[in-house]
Amino acid sequence: MSYLEYTVKTTPTGPGKMLHLNWPLVVLLMAVAGVGFLMLYSVAGGSLSPWAEPQMKRFALGFAIMLMVAMVPIWFWRNMSLLAYLISVALLIAVALFGIEGKGAQRWIDIGFMRLQPSELVKITLVMLLAAYYDWLPMSRVSRPVWVALPVAMILFPVALVLRQPDLGTSILLLAAGGVMMFIAGVHWAYFATVIAAVVGLVFAVFESRGTTWQMLENYQYRRIDTFLNPDNDPLGAGYHITQSKIALGSGGWTGRGFMQGTQSRLNFLPEKHTDFIFVTLAEEFGFVGAISILGLYTLILVFCISTALSNRDRYSSLLTLGVAMTFFLFFSVNMAMVMGLMPVVGVPLPLISYGGSAMLVLMVGFGLVQSAHIHKPR
Amino acid sequence: MRRPGRDTAESQRRITRRGLVIGGLQAGVMGVLALRMRYMQVEQADQFRLLADENRINIQLIPPTRGRLFDRNGAVIAENIPSYRITMTREQAGDVDAVIARLAKLVELDPDELERARRDLRELRGDTPVTVADRVSWGAISRVAVNAPALPGVLPEVGLSRRYPANSDYAHVVGYVGTVSDKDLERIDAPEQLLRLPRFQIGKIGLEAKRENLLRGSAGTRRVEVNAAGRVMRELDRQEGQPGADMQLTLDNALQSYTNARLEGESAAAVVIDCDTGDLLACASAPSYDPNLFVRGISVPDYRALLDDPYRPLPNKAVQGIYPPGSTFKMVTALAALEDGQVALDDTVYCPGYAEISGRRFHCWKRGGHGNVDLHRSLRESCDIYYYEMALRTGIEKISAMAERLGLGVQFDLPMTSVAKGLAPTREWKQANRGQPWMIGDSVNTAIGQGFVLASPLQLAVMTARIATSRAVTPRLIKSIDGVEQPTGHGDTLGLNENLMREVRKAMFAVSNSNRGTAYRSRIIDDAFRMAGKTGTSQVRNITAGERASGVVNNRDLPWERRDHALFVNFAPFDAPKVAVAVVVEHGGGGSTAAAPIARDITLQALYGEDPPLDAYPAADRGRIKTLQEKLRRARPKTGPDGKDRA
Repeated sequence: MSYLEYTVKTTPTGPGKMLHLNWPLVVLLMAVAGVGFLMLYSVAGGSLSPWAEPQMKRFALGFAIMLMVAMVPIWFWRNMSLLAYLISVALLIAVALFGIEGKGAQRWIDIGFMRLQPSELVKITLVMLLAAYYDWLPMSRVSRPVWVALPVAMILFPVALVLRQPDLGTSILLLAAGGVMMFIAGVHWAYFATVIAAVVGLVFAVFESRGTTWQMLENYQYRRIDTFLNPDNDPLGAGYHITQSKIALGSGGWTGRGFMQGTQSRLNFLPEKHTDFIFVTLAEEFGFVGAISILGLYTLILVFCISTALSNRDRYSSLLTLGVAMTFFLFFSVNMAMVMGLMPVVGVPLPLISYGGSAMLVLMVGFGLVQSAHIHKPR
Repeated sequence: MRRPGRDTAESQRRITRRGLVIGGLQAGVMGVLALRMRYMQVEQADQFRLLADENRINIQLIPPTRGRLFDRNGAVIAENIPSYRITMTREQAGDVDAVIARLAKLVELDPDELERARRDLRELRGDTPVTVADRVSWGAISRVAVNAPALPGVLPEVGLSRRYPANSDYAHVVGYVGTVSDKDLERIDAPEQLLRLPRFQIGKIGLEAKRENLLRGSAGTRRVEVNAAGRVMRELDRQEGQPGADMQLTLDNALQSYTNARLEGESAAAVVIDCDTGDLLACASAPSYDPNLFVRGISVPDYRALLDDPYRPLPNKAVQGIYPPGSTFKMVTALAALEDGQVALDDTVYCPGYAEISGRRFHCWKRGGHGNVDLHRSLRESCDIYYYEMALRTGIEKISAMAERLGLGVQFDLPMTSVAKGLAPTREWKQANRGQPWMIGDSVNTAIGQGFVLASPLQLAVMTARIATSRAVTPRLIKSIDGVEQPTGHGDTLGLNENLMREVRKAMFAVSNSNRGTAYRSRIIDDAFRMAGKTGTSQVRNITAGERASGVVNNRDLPWERRDHALFVNFAPFDAPKVAVAVVVEHGGGGSTAAAPIARDITLQALYGEDPPLDAYPAADRGRIKTLQEKLRRARPKTGPDGKDRA
């Protein structure tokens, strides 16, 4: 369906677009971000600096960007998909060549006023490209090997670059989001069965290769897996994070210890308490009620995204919205599973709550696209 | 329309179907997350609450006690003594400057140390304890403890610090420990948590570094209750770590101390090796330095002084110093030629004082020549011409092979820093390293231990022990680890013709005991302990034709750094060799005058186990020796019968 087929008369224009925003979604996003400010205020020991205030400014910027993206018709974004993807991949290559090293990995590129993390950017542009690709591809060809190989290459190229940085968390996120996009677009299930079988084989091989000359992961990655499987072995070393994180979370109980009363966070037993482990502080201070509420807010965001996606007759819009929702889902589920000891620590932030610029801005752009699809859906 | 409507409708249905499948999966995952939350926060909450409270219960590392070092008789070489320090934690201190000001009223704070501490307090993580005063007195510690409430975040701590009671005697062998530096941490893959403890000491050089893994031990842990300010209230339980292994070295404290004292004032090295076991009984390099200075952290001027000293106190000349062995190499050339059948024991070579070889004139040290020289005389009087001839007959390959058989050009596996390999040169070596073919003149130079050949005092001592015993004696430094005796370096037979070996030893005996021998003046009179030796003088400079003509060859007329190295190797007693000794005096002049007397004194000290009676010395020397013995006794700290009360 091309944009020429939209009944232009019924598509809102001008300031009228504001009325057609998916307002429940906007409110939900603001609520989640608000919780984030509160938590950052708390982990800083009841202070707006150093985290809460910059985070608010970033959210304000992100919110403005979201509205701007939303106002632009979705067909423009569809036409921009390939270009956006190419730019983000070019930035990834630039990072590999001239990037700044931080914490042992090469992830940032300095663009003057801020440090950009292209691996974050690619999470959205990959979804955009895949949505545009399946929008263009006739249904009858979706499962033909050649037409399956092409999107696989689109996914694997940035994944390879991100893996080289090395950033295992983001690579897994990209792979999962890309795979789900292909699944939703209707690629035959047999492909997925094959890939899943191969992955199981690969995991086996990764473990077998340890200590041999063809060792497949870095030593620190193996150590993280060890720590995950048995954190008590090394309570002062690598297992420290997971053990402390579980203690903090569990000690929250039903209703938590109260705002700014979490002893784990107060006494600095928690690592990275303002970024990847912020959910733990929340769970410690607001208990099961608080934690399940956040999960509820996230679920509602997903529900609204999926419902607008399924009611949208434009294929690009549906796929894009589902893709953004999937990315968002992966962010928070991987983060929560990680801090609850269900997954190895891979360094994925809690969306809209963790302190950090790139991830938040990219998510807001994603939701801007979702809003644009919602406003400009065929009526 | 670009696509038929059916396709669109079908695709829309499929997206809906699959979107719902994915939605279902997501719901499943969130269900799992919710259940996990419920499980942890509701069902196991009490248990985790308990653990969280216990987090006021801290797990702390107990640094292991570093293994101690003893000499072969049990005298202490390296030990651990309690040391008190004051640490500070930024987060708990709050106002760092105010607390430091209050602390300064109680304890004397070193300005340099304080500046470094302030920087660390600013830059390190807020919960890292930073040392603000080290090696403080017990009095200062108690003042801090009493005033604890006024000093939040300040913690008096007791730790162990390394001490080397013999000060400079073992500096080169044992080395020293020091605080772990950032550079050390970078070198180690996945450093243990232990190394990150403030002021944890690891071996930096010498045995301390080479056997770090054995000496360090492994950390224990203890669980302590801390209050909200992080102060330890009580200890709940502890899991002891494994202390480092205690090691007994083969060195003899009394002999090591004597050797160091005897070398005083020279730039020299001496090695004493036990002929039976290969045990290093003494291994000294002079001048030495005090390793305790390095443990504390040496000051810049002190370190500069050590670096700028022309006598170079820092390197261990006994094992890492390599010198042309000079005439001490002649046994090697002799054995190579004899074994190869190029010369018989009584064959003579005529020495006119020089030899013309491929158009160049090579001189003997004795300008007038020795006349007819056989093997015995060639060693006794150290005739060079005989060895030039041997080189021409035998060839460099056989000489080099014999050198390696006797331990020259071989790197011994000893736990000391930079144990030198030396060099037993071959044709291939010169081609590969100098890019030039081997010349006949190179063989001639090598035959008298000049030119390319290089050996450390350690290697010369090993060579002498091997000549004395006909066995492949190898040096050993560690006698036992935690009471477990280590394999000795007794060695198997070298497989050389014993008849020839005996003649070489006899000639070495004549060096020291015949009145025509080059070291006759440094002989031992005591019949039970007579020694066999060989002098060596290795040229540092080339003697120019002009110098030779004008007669300026006397070492005394030259600046120190251009004088010859003096060498002496010997073993004793002659009949049943117990010890082999090598002495090198850098720029000392002649081997017979500068090195042989030192080697003789060390040998007697080793054989008697104490100051030898004066009648072991030639009558003419006794007065001088008496004075020397008294001087050295004063220089050395008092040693008990078993060396144990030395501290």
